[in-house]
Amino acid sequence: MDFLNNYIFYIGAFGLIFIGLYILLTRKNLIKLIIGLSIVDTGVNLLIICMGYLKNGTAPIFSRKGLNPETMVDPTPQALVLTSIVIGVAVLAMALSLAIRLYQHYGTLDMRKIKEQKW
Amino acid sequence: MRKIFSLIILIILALGVYICISEIPFGKPGTAVGNYYIEKGIEETGAVNIVTSIVLNYRGFDTLGEVTILFLASLGLGAILATVQNKTRGVITPPSLILTTACRFLFPFILMFGAYIFLHGHLTPGGGFQGGAIIASGFLLRYLGCPQKRIRQSSFVAIESLGGIAFIIIGLLGFTAGGFFLFNFLPKGVANTLLSAGIIPLIYIAIGLKVGAEMAGIIDTLIEES
Amino acid sequence: MIIIITSLVITMLAGAIAACALRDLLSAAIASCLVSLAAAILFYFLQAPDVAMAEASIGAALVTAILVIAIRRTERQE
Repeated sequence: MDFLNNYIFYIGAFGLIFIGLYILLTRKNLIKLIIGLSIVDTGVNLLIICMGYLKNGTAPIFSRKGLNPETMVDPTPQALVLTSIVIGVAVLAMALSLAIRLYQHYGTLDMRKIKEQKW
Repeated sequence: MRKIFSLIILIILALGVYICISEIPFGKPGTAVGNYYIEKGIEETGAVNIVTSIVLNYRGFDTLGEVTILFLASLGLGAILATVQNKTRGVITPPSLILTTACRFLFPFILMFGAYIFLHGHLTPGGGFQGGAIIASGFLLRYLGCPQKRIRQSSFVAIESLGGIAFIIIGLLGFTAGGFFLFNFLPKGVANTLLSAGIIPLIYIAIGLKVGAEMAGIIDTLIEES
Repeated sequence: MIIIITSLVITMLAGAIAACALRDLLSAAIASCLVSLAAAILFYFLQAPDVAMAEASIGAALVTAILVIAIRRTERQE
């Protein structure tokens, strides 16, 4: 139980990162690769938020009086991850538009077949 | 072969990560800069939500870069997909009356909820990016529910440019008042009220409109010829 | 509490493995939506409500929509 309390978020974050990297290394379909990229993105975001967590902390919002600033979680990683999520969706949309164009040009999404065409 | 090779790479990577992470305990006190933001955040920016004060005040210039990346991505998306020659428009099967009516009924409420999220960005969780995404999902619902009616792309572009220009003008006004970009020149007001935190709500309104129009424009461009 | 978090992490990893294993791209996109949704709830448990809202509205809704539109314009089988 103690092990779970300490490491469960790390297990989740690294599990996501490794599964995403496995997709990126082994699959050949372009859209599958992009899905893997978004999974890696989610895992990295979870890891960065874990770094700023404080045991029994509260969210960094002074929504009412009497909240103790000492027990608030670190707000800096949250601000960075907020930026990262929005940039992630922009990059994903851009990558998908490139995949659509490649499909219209070559008629396939398989990376190896596209590579054989020597462009 | 390929799978075995990538598994070996991943195992080596996992070992390295395990050695690093075993040194970092989970849930220990935060960094010095985070503590500074928590202690001085309210009196320096007036925003109750510390994450908002970091995103828009301490690191406001980063946010300008982020918004620029979003703009460039939507521009590039349009440029890549605009040159498609065969615009084969698929047959649109009209949705049922219940779906169309429900979408029309829900659309203004989703827009209102998105506006609420970005107007209260400095008081409650949320802000321009989240509110903009909610507005874009309202447009997505409209595209799915009423596919015959299309909003013109030029209106998205107009709102998007307006939001970006408003952000930069508010930032530049800081030069005249305080001497640096994005200086908080408006009065900070009483904390925990809607009219507080100076320029932060104004910038979040600009960002919310910009992000909402941009995301809706991305969905519109992608859905256009399918 | 820890039981809820553990089951969420297991759901999230199961979604990621499903996204890896499924041959149907549409199913893989829905599985990646499950990953984002579970991650959003985990962000809430980590006391990051701002990030949880962003992940739920952007990661779970818009990314899935964009993926589904792109799959519709290309082919569905891997």
